[in-house]
Formats: sequence, C-alpha cells, structure tokens
Amino acid sequence: MPESEALHASHVLEYPYSRSVGPVIGAFLTGLRDGRLLGVRGAGGSVIVPPTEYDPATGDDTGELVEVGPGGVVESWAWVPNPLPKHPLARPFAWALIRLDGADTAMLHVVDAGGPDQVATGDRVTVHFRPAGDRIGAMADIEAFVPEGGTA
Amino acid sequence: MSGQTTAEDLGPVTTLATPIRLDFEFTPGVAQSRFLRGLEKGRFVGQRCPTCGKVYVPSRGSCPTDGVPTTEDVDLANVGTVTTYCVVNVPFAGQSIEIPYICAQVLLDGADISFMGLIQQIPTDEIRMGLRVEAVWVEPEELTPSLASVRYFRPSGEPDADYETYKDYL
Amino acid sequence: MSAAAAKAKRAVRRPVSIASFAQSENVRRDDQHNEVEMLMPVVAEVFANIGITKNDIDFICSGSSDYLIGGPFSFVTALDAVGVWPPMPESHTEMDGAWALYEAWVLLQEGEIDAALVYSFGRSSPGNLNEILALQLDPYYLAPLWPDPVSVAALQARALIDAGKGSEEDFAAIASRSRKDALSNPKAQVAHDIPVETLLRDEYVVSPLRRHTLPPITDGAAAMVLAAGDKAREWSDKPVWITGFDHRIETHSLGGRDLTSSPSTAKAADVAGVADGPIDVAELHAPFAHQEIILKEALGLDDGVTINPSGGALAANPIMSAGLIRIGEAAARIASGQAARAVAHATSGPCLQQNLVCVLEGE
Ligand SMILES: [Zn+2]
Repeated sequence: MPESEALHASHVLEYPYSRSVGPVIGAFLTGLRDGRLLGVRGAGGSVIVPPTEYDPATGDDTGELVEVGPGGVVESWAWVPNPLPKHPLARPFAWALIRLDGADTAMLHVVDAGGPDQVATGDRVTVHFRPAGDRIGAMADIEAFVPEGGTA
Repeated sequence: MSGQTTAEDLGPVTTLATPIRLDFEFTPGVAQSRFLRGLEKGRFVGQRCPTCGKVYVPSRGSCPTDGVPTTEDVDLANVGTVTTYCVVNVPFAGQSIEIPYICAQVLLDGADISFMGLIQQIPTDEIRMGLRVEAVWVEPEELTPSLASVRYFRPSGEPDADYETYKDYL
Repeated sequence: MSAAAAKAKRAVRRPVSIASFAQSENVRRDDQHNEVEMLMPVVAEVFANIGITKNDIDFICSGSSDYLIGGPFSFVTALDAVGVWPPMPESHTEMDGAWALYEAWVLLQEGEIDAALVYSFGRSSPGNLNEILALQLDPYYLAPLWPDPVSVAALQARALIDAGKGSEEDFAAIASRSRKDALSNPKAQVAHDIPVETLLRDEYVVSPLRRHTLPPITDGAAAMVLAAGDKAREWSDKPVWITGFDHRIETHSLGGRDLTSSPSTAKAADVAGVADGPIDVAELHAPFAHQEIILKEALGLDDGVTINPSGGALAANPIMSAGLIRIGEAAARIASGQAARAVAHATSGPCLQQNLVCVLEGE
C-alpha cells in the first residue's frame, strides 16, 4: 500500500444487551415459550399483536391479554431469494406481515413457503414453533409460519 | 398446547437477551495514518496548523481550534514531560499490566498537545508533574503502525521541567 | 389542540433564509478519510460560498449516527472540522441533517440568534448497512429477526401493488427518470439513461424490488448556513426563505399502520402549508422508488410538479445527509430562478416512519 494511502483495520463491536421486557412484552414472550400467541386489547377494543403496553393509535394503556392464531392471513410479503447471514432462515423465504386470527394488526415474521409462487397476499398461514425444549421466550421460538395445509 | 407443564415451573419471561455483533472496516483517515506509519518506524509524527502554528500529535486532520486542515508533518522528539498522571490500583477485566501502575499525560517536546502513556521504571510514589520521560519502543522487528509499538515511557534522567514550560498544556 | 391552532402555533414567526449549501462528492466508498477529513472541505465550502467564517455563526447543529462507523461520540470529534474555539453553542440530532436544520430553525425563530451552521455526515461503507439499519427497529419483536431495509421496503412495495396504487413498471419509470435527471447533477453517484423495459429485466433483490428500485450505498456529507434578520439580506441578494416547516412521526410497528399511505407526511404538509400556493419543484427523500408514489399523494402534488430534478436519493443516498440535501437542492432551484415555490421532504426510519416537510419560496 502506498504511503500516501490511509490505513485500514477491521473492527468488531459487540453489544451483549439483556433487556427487561416488562409485563406485556413479557407475557407475549412467555406465551411463545409455552407455544401460544397472545395479543392485547387496545383502547377501542381492537386486538394488537404483538402486544404493546399502549395503544399506538391513542396512547392509552392496553387491557387484557387475548390468545390469537395459530393461523392467520398474509397482508403483505416479500420474497428473499438470497438470505443474509443473520436472517431467520438460511434457505429462500418470504418476510410477511401476518394478521393472526383474532388480531387487528399484523406482525412481522417469516413464511417458509418453498418458492415465491407458493405465497400470495391473502394466503392463510399457520405458526410453526420450535420444539418445546428449544424455546426460550423470544421471536425465534417461532421457526417460521407455513402455508395452511402444509404445502411447504 | 399439551406437554407444557415444565414451562410453568420456569416462571414468566422477564428478560430478553439481544446479542448484537457488528463488523466494520475502519479507517483512521489520512492524517492519523501518517502518525501510525511513524510509529511503525519508531518515531512520533505530528502535524502543524497553518493558522495558529500548534502541533498536534496525533492529528485527526484538522486544527480543532481553527477548523483548517493540518498538512505539514512534524517529527517530534522521543522525550517529553509528564503534565499530569494517575496511579491505577483497581483491577479490571482485560487488564494486561500488573497493578499498581502509572498512567500519565505526556507532552512530547515540540508538540502542543499531550497524549496518554504508560510510565514504568519509577516507583509509583515518585511519579510527579514535570517529570521528564523518554519513550521505550518494542524491538525493531516488532514495530507496527499501532501505539503498541511504544512499550512505555521511563524517566529520561533529565532534571524536572519547569512548571512554566507546561502550565498551558494541563 | 385543534388542527387550526396547531398550525397557527407553528406558523413562521421569523423569516429564515437558506444562505448557503454545500455537499461532498457522493461515492460508494470513501476509505481514505475519517469523518473530520470528509466534513472539513464541505464546511469550508459552505462558508466560502458567501464569504463568511465560523465567527459569523451563532449556533451549530449536526445530524449523524455513531452506529454507522461503530465509533462512539463521532459527532463530538466531528466538531474539529469547524474548530469550535472560543466555545460555541452546539447541538446534535441522531437523525438526518434535515432534523438538525429543523432544530436550528426553531432556535432562529426564537430570535436569540441570527445565523446557524447545520451539517451532517455519514459513511455507509465501513459497516454492513443491512444489519445496522435493522437495529433501528423495535428491539423486542423486530430487530431480533434482523429484517434488512430492502426487505422492509419490499413489504411496503408489495402492499402498494396490492392496493392498486403502483406497479413494478411504475417503480421502474421513477428509477429511470430519476437517474436520467441525475445526468445533470454533478454530485450524483448513479446517473444513466436506461429505459424502463431494460430495467425490468433486473433481478429481484427482494421481490417485488428489483435492483434499480434501490438507493445506492453512499458515503458523503452536506452543510448549510441559515440566516435571519440583517444577515439574510447581507449574505444573499435574492434570499430563499423557509415559509413552512414541520415534521411528524408514526408508530414503529410496521403491522400497525397502513404502509401504502403516509399520514405523517400529509400532516406535516398541512402544518407547513404546502397547499397554500402552487408548487413548482419537489425534492422528495424517497430512498426506494415506490416511496415517491406515497409521498406524492401525501403532499398532494399534481403531475405538473417537477419531482426530484436532482435525481433524488436514487442518484445518491448519503446516509444522514440525503434529507438535508433535498432541502439544499430545492433551495438551489429557487436561487437559480427555475422555481418560485418548492417543497422539500426528508424521511427517517423504516417505510417512511418519520417525515419532515419544508416549504421554500423566493421573492
Ligand atoms: Zn490552529
């Protein structure tokens, strides 16, 4: 390298954060660990999934927890032909906004559908959890959603 | 929803681990690269401000007072003055030096800014402001473009510097 | 507060002009300079344009994000590019420079100061932007899945197609037009004249987004000088005035909002008074081609408005600066006499989550 050129060095940053989740997010994550999907009732009676402590439309406190899913409808999706290293699946998959049965908002997760012709807006999908012993109370407890009827 | 009896024993989830690792390709820029290349040759290279004439070591490429590029390289002496110091008595993770040890701000002769250095070969109760020190470098074959090329500073044997000579650099 | 009261409260109390603007070269990878070295020539140019020095400035506000280079408090060291001695009043937003501009504008409204320097800088190249931008998402439900910005934008584009508001041909047409316009922008990073039919043969990066609908990855910086009172006239014969300014935010939950519309942009446009007169030029910060459609609707722009004559963020997308550059480009169109009234827009967050609208007028 010529003397006039700037030097370079690789540099790694790690943030080993552990976050307190509180009663509402904690309930959802506990539900995931138990193999259940939970939403929360918002100010106007709508069911927010994943649940928040407040209704994003009004800022009011949210109320009771409500079980939703395990099936739902794809509201939008995006096909990833070349997954990135940190993506949830190593094989091609679809990101999807999924409105679970009983919910009024959509949650983001992945659909393991085999190919882009196997997923469409309006499709019904269902949750596929990891085995109970592998679940820790995190979004990754859901391995993926799969087309209802199990075509994938 | 069966077979979850053990989950209840675990209690509710209260924390979420979110480990993050990010990889970067860092550049220190043109000016700091010159400083680092100087270290690889066993010498300190500073840069002078064309407006106020101050010499920065290392220079980040600008005079922080005038906001103009520092372009003139200045070779600095291997000796300098301790402007202030502390004695580290607290062990911490990753510590590579035996405690207690001395950490000092060293004003190299010819520079207008001090930088932090390790002081060795002096008892901790004898460290003082104004102490004259010299840099001890690693073996020539171990020199790299890094501050690791400077093993430490040690007393140079010269008489202490007069307070007037470094009072503006505290 | 009623909408009318909110509007009155935010009405421009003191005219502020954009006295000077400068931007760096926009490049894929500047691996030679640190942040100070990247910024210094831009700050020097923004002062030299109007023959002033830092001593003429009353306040500095910057926009940047330390995550980009993985170096903490880089906004503090960046001040070395200005030389803040004797000590100067200064602030920083972890946002695009357009928000730093807003903060400076608010202070100028108070009448305490007459001139402000705003700058922003960022390099996308040292790290992995796909991973870094995932970290701006909700840390409990979204970030652990590492959704990259292209994937998140693709969900929005699909929703737009499903809603019948746009097609892949429309996205390609926006990309084609923008990069053709960029041929006359000397600061553009990506400029060429490629017809829509050719673009539509691109591969999908994440469907329905093909390569051409994505912004380039850019390293760059920008700076602006704002002036009020006597200084506005002193520094320009034909000042470009900020006549309306507002910014709004929506929920971070992607599934909790309609991705095909931008109520935050519409609200900011209403408060800024976009519809109070005809708009000649709009510089919209739409990093992904389809977002121009959403913004055009939210701002109520008709087909007679020239959109992104600079090429917009599809021509160069220096992170943290692309929004501020939209305002600089819009001001340049007024200063040159090509436009009498313009709107500039900046965005931040995924899928147009936060939006800023600035109305500019000549005299
Ligand atoms: Zn100087």
